[in-house]
Amino acid sequence: MQQLIEYVIASGMLGKNPPYQIVAAVVVLLASAFVVLVVALPFAGIVTWVERRVWARIQSRIGPNRVGPQGFLQWLADGIKLICKEDIVPTDADPHLFKLAPYLVMLAWILPWAVMPFSSALILADLNVGILYMTAVTAVTVVGILMAGWSSNDKWSLIGGIRSAAQIISYEIPAGLSIFPVVMMTGTLSMERIIKAQGWTPQHWFLFANPFCFIAAGILFVSALAEGNRTPFDLPEAESELVAGFATEYSGMRYSLFFMAEWGNLFIIGAIIATLFLGGWQAPRVSADPVVMNILQLIVFNAKVLFLVFLSMWIRGTLPRIRIDQLVTVCWKYLVPIAFANLIGTAVWVALWPEGNSVMGYLMVALGAALVVLFMRRVIYYLRRARMELYFRPNI
Amino acid sequence: MGAAAQYFENIRDTVRTVFEGMAVTASHFVRKPYTVQYPDRMPVRVQDTLPFRYRGILEVDLEICTGCLACERACPIDCIVIACEKDSATKILTIAQFDIDIAKCMFCGLCSEPCPTGSIHHTSEFEGADFSLESLIRRFVREPVAAYKPKKGPETDPRIAPILSRGMRYVNEFAAPGSDKPAEAKTA
Repeated sequence: MQQLIEYVIASGMLGKNPPYQIVAAVVVLLASAFVVLVVALPFAGIVTWVERRVWARIQSRIGPNRVGPQGFLQWLADGIKLICKEDIVPTDADPHLFKLAPYLVMLAWILPWAVMPFSSALILADLNVGILYMTAVTAVTVVGILMAGWSSNDKWSLIGGIRSAAQIISYEIPAGLSIFPVVMMTGTLSMERIIKAQGWTPQHWFLFANPFCFIAAGILFVSALAEGNRTPFDLPEAESELVAGFATEYSGMRYSLFFMAEWGNLFIIGAIIATLFLGGWQAPRVSADPVVMNILQLIVFNAKVLFLVFLSMWIRGTLPRIRIDQLVTVCWKYLVPIAFANLIGTAVWVALWPEGNSVMGYLMVALGAALVVLFMRRVIYYLRRARMELYFRPNI
Repeated sequence: MGAAAQYFENIRDTVRTVFEGMAVTASHFVRKPYTVQYPDRMPVRVQDTLPFRYRGILEVDLEICTGCLACERACPIDCIVIACEKDSATKILTIAQFDIDIAKCMFCGLCSEPCPTGSIHHTSEFEGADFSLESLIRRFVREPVAAYKPKKGPETDPRIAPILSRGMRYVNEFAAPGSDKPAEAKTA
């Protein structure tokens, strides 16, 4: 952001020697409005359509393909429908808390965009506690969800809200413990500095820095899915048990705010993991021009995040919802101890090789490539076994 | 098996089954979806793929209708209404009205069985939804027409011959009594 402000002043668009504070305020306000209105909100909408198409293909269906080209405008149609619906507040509900809850959930989703490292210059606020801020404000969701569950005055909502609170607080621990290895290796919490400590080639990513980081990335992804109430951890809104969980009594716009935040959170999950483990916006240095480099970094960062978003949709289409006791077991008996072991392992690793071990980097990349090859072999095996007609085009 | 071994066994099972499950769903990304996009994105109309004996909405070919009223008598729910008049001087039978109430029709096929020429027959059309019950009444006679008189030899009129041959095929293959019964019932 600093670079951008200096670029605006230097370009002379605002006359000679404009007051720095005012230019900075205008640039930050415009940029944050742009990020929220042009990036965040449409992303939450479009991702619903993408997700429905991805699931559909997993289930050998087509998915919404009628509104606009390939059904691309489906999200607008759904949004307009929800906005036009009646906003019902139940008689027995606590009206103030009931109305406030969706905004808190929404707020918890909007705030992390402030430290979203789109590129080396495009970051609204490069806080020195960036990643801590990210995990802290996303946890505000639990307040909103608990508030929605309590104020609805309905047993489904209450159980859904309490489950969600228990789940988010439990999974905050393995998530935090899996962020620590990276913090330990870089010695900083700032998003930009964590990214700058990595390179654009995979062997310089923290995902492949050492075996402990590889496991930490997996644990962080699982915990982030659980915190975002995504399948297989979407117990707060398990339809078969709890109708719609904390959202049971909501309708219209307020209902859509909950789900906008839920789908929008996919980007936050992807961004955290891309920043910590996948090298963030690190792109090959093809040009000295900062504008070209920033656009390239933006593309690289978004490609990584969108791949992770796709991965989470794919997981949602694959795995069934787990039981509440299994959810707790997975967190406390498996993820937390493994995350602690990881933390100690990383500490030892950093003590042994403070500058990192490049041999291990190449070894881990080779291991990752071997996993991908093994995976493709399994996919080909299942395709052969099914003897189905192949269809490679994503659109139909 | 000890508790520790069981613990690591569980982790291995989880990772392996998730891996396999993801492989199965990944293979679905390149499979052709089963969805049939009825009605507007079909390679062929569904009506054209249906078998000849399909019992869709009834239709009458007035060119070969003999005015015998066999179908009206056969209909168990009286959804067919026919009005015939015979001119005593010219001996010509005139059909003044031939209405079928599709809203009442239960597609049993009993009317098409006694028809001597196959004039009343089921089509393969099944998309009959409409906004009012009145518009479901099919009125086949616009103005009174003379009934068809079967000839002693083969039909010679080039306009009627193809219609009659289709009708007779229908009578022989679909409406012939007993043709719809299983073979063992016939012999017994």
